[in-house]
Amino acid sequence: MTEEYRFHLAIGSRFENIELVQVVLRDCLERLGMEEDARQWVDLAVREALANAIKHGNEQNPSKQVHVDFVSEGGELLIRVEDEGTGFDPSHISDPLAPENILRPNGRGIHFMKSFMDGIQYSSGPRGGTTVTLRKKITGSRADFSE
Amino acid sequence: MDVSKRQVGDVNILDLKGKITIGSGDVQLRNAVQEVINSGATKVLINMAGVSTIDSSGIGELVSGYTTATNRGAKLKLFNLPSKVTDILTITQLITVFDVFDSEDEAVRSFD
Repeated sequence: MTEEYRFHLAIGSRFENIELVQVVLRDCLERLGMEEDARQWVDLAVREALANAIKHGNEQNPSKQVHVDFVSEGGELLIRVEDEGTGFDPSHISDPLAPENILRPNGRGIHFMKSFMDGIQYSSGPRGGTTVTLRKKITGSRADFSE
Repeated sequence: MDVSKRQVGDVNILDLKGKITIGSGDVQLRNAVQEVINSGATKVLINMAGVSTIDSSGIGELVSGYTTATNRGAKLKLFNLPSKVTDILTITQLITVFDVFDSEDEAVRSFD
């Protein structure tokens, strides 16, 4: 059978709080037995999701929270990051690989998440903000124990 | 993140150590590059060997440093990239923008 893991936490909208989530995330990924290489990519993708939620979603208002859920099920890890902002339309994001954008100093966060994870989905959160759901298949010595 | 500065001949080298992430290291990198460019340096190398993590904000600061240097008639190049940083520059296609070298010697000699 597949081990399941569920964890929820909420942080104030400060960049330094990203490190708190990273501590929990690393523990989660280790428990799930995810390979080191994949762990590092998930770490970076979650950093990007949190940074976007804090900066763009909650506009660095420390009284607004970012809610994070880690759920493992069926050999897959789902990470949901929800802000308390006013919503976001991902179709308005420009392509950071387009020649006219390649030297822009920003606009690569979603590209990072798409590149490092197996799936990324945006939706409206129940609090009116944005929820990004990141998916990663769990591969590694302890995660492939579904027999 | 820690940044230390040194010179090899007329080449200014910034040795980075730690994370270059939003709110932690990105501003230090920006300030360090601006400081060295403002001092009149035209040959700038960034030693990436000690970089443990870099996010999109850190990558953005590298790009800003590159464009600042170029606009001021200077050259900014990178060396000793950890494999993950190389992967990130590849994913973002910035590997085609930056001059990247495997060693300090090679990077210093590239200005000749």
